[in-house]
Amino acid sequence: MADDFNPSRRRALQCMAFGGAGTLFTLSGGIVTPMALAQAATEKMSGLPLFLQISDTHIGFNKDANPDVAGTLKETIALVNAMKTRPALTIHTGDITHLSRASEFDNALGLMQDLRAGELHTVPGEHDVTDGAGTEYFARFGKASDNRGYYSFDHQGVHFIGLVNVMNFKPNGLGGFGDEQLAWLKNDLAARSSSAPIVVFAHMPMWTILESWGWGTGDAEQALSYLRRFGSVTILNGHIHQIVQKVEGNITFHTARSTAYPQPQAGVGDGPGPLVVPAGQLRHMLGITDIRLQRHHLSLTDTTLV
Amino acid sequence: MNRFAQLLAYPLAIFLFVASAAAADSHTIIIKKFMFNPMDVTVTAGTDVTWENQDGEPHTVVSLTNDFRSQALDEKDKFSHTFDKPGTYKYLCSIHPKMVGTITVVAK
Repeated sequence: MADDFNPSRRRALQCMAFGGAGTLFTLSGGIVTPMALAQAATEKMSGLPLFLQISDTHIGFNKDANPDVAGTLKETIALVNAMKTRPALTIHTGDITHLSRASEFDNALGLMQDLRAGELHTVPGEHDVTDGAGTEYFARFGKASDNRGYYSFDHQGVHFIGLVNVMNFKPNGLGGFGDEQLAWLKNDLAARSSSAPIVVFAHMPMWTILESWGWGTGDAEQALSYLRRFGSVTILNGHIHQIVQKVEGNITFHTARSTAYPQPQAGVGDGPGPLVVPAGQLRHMLGITDIRLQRHHLSLTDTTLV
Repeated sequence: MNRFAQLLAYPLAIFLFVASAAAADSHTIIIKKFMFNPMDVTVTAGTDVTWENQDGEPHTVVSLTNDFRSQALDEKDKFSHTFDKPGTYKYLCSIHPKMVGTITVVAK
């Protein structure tokens, strides 16, 4: 895997242009490169479907920004089920529910049962743990992590790490992992070869997009310090209901769209609440991300409902 | 009690009404535009404080010292807590920790 690290190839790919309807992200040696989907379609797309990212389903939300979030989740599921190849894993990056209610979790699970994709992995969003302890979340999703919420697993040679940054809030603060989880992460990574591709998933962005809206993770820097030595790190977050991305060394940061409702761009308006858009526009702002393992790299594709 | 007093004599009724307003035993804090309004409130012991969410986004009211905790409050939902003991109670919204407030409770 270390042989795949090729800076000149990276630089060449970096120059490719952004696309219109969708954007494909090719990850080579840790660098994500955006290119137009139309352009990508002409390339050979024989990548192995690695996993699907779904985020911010907010089941229970019923306001003007989208009175039918169950409906748009169903449309999302139909979109996935129509994919040519079945993703081996589904990762939900949190805010499964809107108000952490048992009925909302049950509805979400019921809907996601129809997803023809591999096993479901989750991390909680702050909307899933509003009771503090996350009782309803852990009752349904705690098993994989021994009820800690954070855990890791390996799939197709990729090391996956789910982290929780929504249960350590301090006044005026950002999301946080807390010392116990950071110590666990350090230990989890300690024995791994730097050539192992790493995928980290957590609800809140692991870099500060807008501090005053809480769009960031206060102690993310410590987590990143453990990840920097790896040649390929992909960090997938949700929370902000729109795509924002950044590349820093070998670390690629990417936030996913919601399947429920959009949010304003950072700093526009009163705060990070639901954004009401004209009905015809909504489905252009909702969607999923799918991640493929090509021979030598991971590629990320963002798809909207229409 | 007041109503009974009003029946007795008008001036007495006025006096009692004003007296009871001064010793208000309830207080409402509006949650709007991602802020607790007012952020800092001083009440007398025994006051029932109610928070009402007027945002389309849910918020919570969570004591930093575990003295009180609301469920997620959807738009128009309310949460009340009676403050019996004098002291300073800081709280935040656990969904948006930038939102903070303080209730100062003074002896009656």
